[in-house]
Amino acid sequence: MELLLIPAIKIAVVLIVMLTVVAYTVLLERKVAAAIQNRIGPNRVGWKGMLQPLADVLKLLTKEDIVPKQANRFIHDLAPMISIAVALTTFAVIPFGDHIVLFGRDIKLQIASVNIGILYILALTSLGVYGVTLSGWSSNSKYSLLGGLRSSAQLISYELSMGISVIGVIMLAGSLQLDKIVEAQAGWRWNIILQPIGFITFVVSAFAETNRLPFDLPEAEPELVGGYHTEYSGLKFGLFFLAEYANMLTGSAIITTLYLGGWQVPFVHDFGLSDFWVAIIQVAGFCSKVVLLILFFIIIRWTLPRFRYDQLMNLGWKWMLPLSILNLLLTGAAILLL
Amino acid sequence: MAEFKKIIHKRDLKWWDKMYIPQIILGLKITIAQMFRPKFTRQYPEERWNPPASFRGRPVLVEEKGVERCVACGLCARVCPALAIEVQGSETEYWKERYPVKFEINMLRCIFCGFCEEVCPEEAIVMSKDYELTFTIQEDAVFGKDKLLVPAEKLKDRLDFLRQNR
Repeated sequence: MELLLIPAIKIAVVLIVMLTVVAYTVLLERKVAAAIQNRIGPNRVGWKGMLQPLADVLKLLTKEDIVPKQANRFIHDLAPMISIAVALTTFAVIPFGDHIVLFGRDIKLQIASVNIGILYILALTSLGVYGVTLSGWSSNSKYSLLGGLRSSAQLISYELSMGISVIGVIMLAGSLQLDKIVEAQAGWRWNIILQPIGFITFVVSAFAETNRLPFDLPEAEPELVGGYHTEYSGLKFGLFFLAEYANMLTGSAIITTLYLGGWQVPFVHDFGLSDFWVAIIQVAGFCSKVVLLILFFIIIRWTLPRFRYDQLMNLGWKWMLPLSILNLLLTGAAILLL
Repeated sequence: MAEFKKIIHKRDLKWWDKMYIPQIILGLKITIAQMFRPKFTRQYPEERWNPPASFRGRPVLVEEKGVERCVACGLCARVCPALAIEVQGSETEYWKERYPVKFEINMLRCIFCGFCEEVCPEEAIVMSKDYELTFTIQEDAVFGKDKLLVPAEKLKDRLDFLRQNR
């Protein structure tokens, strides 16, 4: 009973927190965009626009769902489901804290401590490509198809450098398990300090994987109308929208886990706090790192213009891949010599 | 024939520029600095704009001592490029001898060019500062004398402006 109940509660809590955070990320993006363009942004619904996400959700729910006549109905319906399922399930293996003792039970703050955590994440993010590609194909529209094609090419070429930069982290931690990786970064031994090159290649690849600017070619509004979700409306468009921001959240969480020390907060044990409060501070530390990264994602969007397609491929194959291999070699040499 | 020579100053990117990251950080500095600059937004329904005297809002008829200045000469209707004005004149015992029985401006047709104001010999039709015009049915958009008449005191800005600049 307890074996099922505790994970169920953890899943419910993480899911609710995630969806709320995703909804408010949309608001944050609009607010930050407005601030950067010297505007105010949404401020009519609720206090300073705090209920705007709710209004957006209501709007999307009540809109008509239009499916093009020529579309492949089944796959057209399936694609947003794949996208959102992948975006949400990736969070299952991310540790958002150490142990916490609640009601006399020792609870691990991670939904599933899978021993192939990183492989699971890489596999799922690769599955996410299907959502985008299938939606582009099944819509039977040239814009969607181009968006889908671009995304499959982009995601596949950036997945390589992503995977190779992750290997550096795995070599240092000696494990594929995400909680072991976080434990290996105790104190100030964060991977961002130990492997700055790997961090940069991973972050750039994560931008490409989440389809965020400057790599948002799959949805490039000025050229492709809306990209792969041109022919989507109503709730199904909402799912894609949600998946995009959920991917951003998951991407930030993965970067935090792999490179920014996860839930590690330096010197937190020096203050002599009780274990309970240490755990709380660690969870807060994890959350603040993730939020800062999301903010970084958003500000980058309003700073950099979109890459051209050939530039994107050049950067991916001629810069990111060699750099990540270099990082791998340097890490290997350092481990061998030190 | 003049010879056109296109001059393109093309600067090769330095190694430092090709690194992207220093330039990205410079760009981030600009956008983050922008975030804390004062905002330009006007909170519209609460915070309204007061236009200057030169503003051409909805055309109105000037009313002096309870009577319109208009003598129903029909010049405004003649000059209106959008054919928005309709005037029907008649005789009256006032000093001006003629007055408009019917004066209608179709605000859906009006293009706010101000020709009616320019052509008016009596300075009877002027552009006001009113820019908030919304209707839900077409019939509402035809403004009769009841909506067009505005006392001269309220149009002082525009009348002074016309006197100075005409």
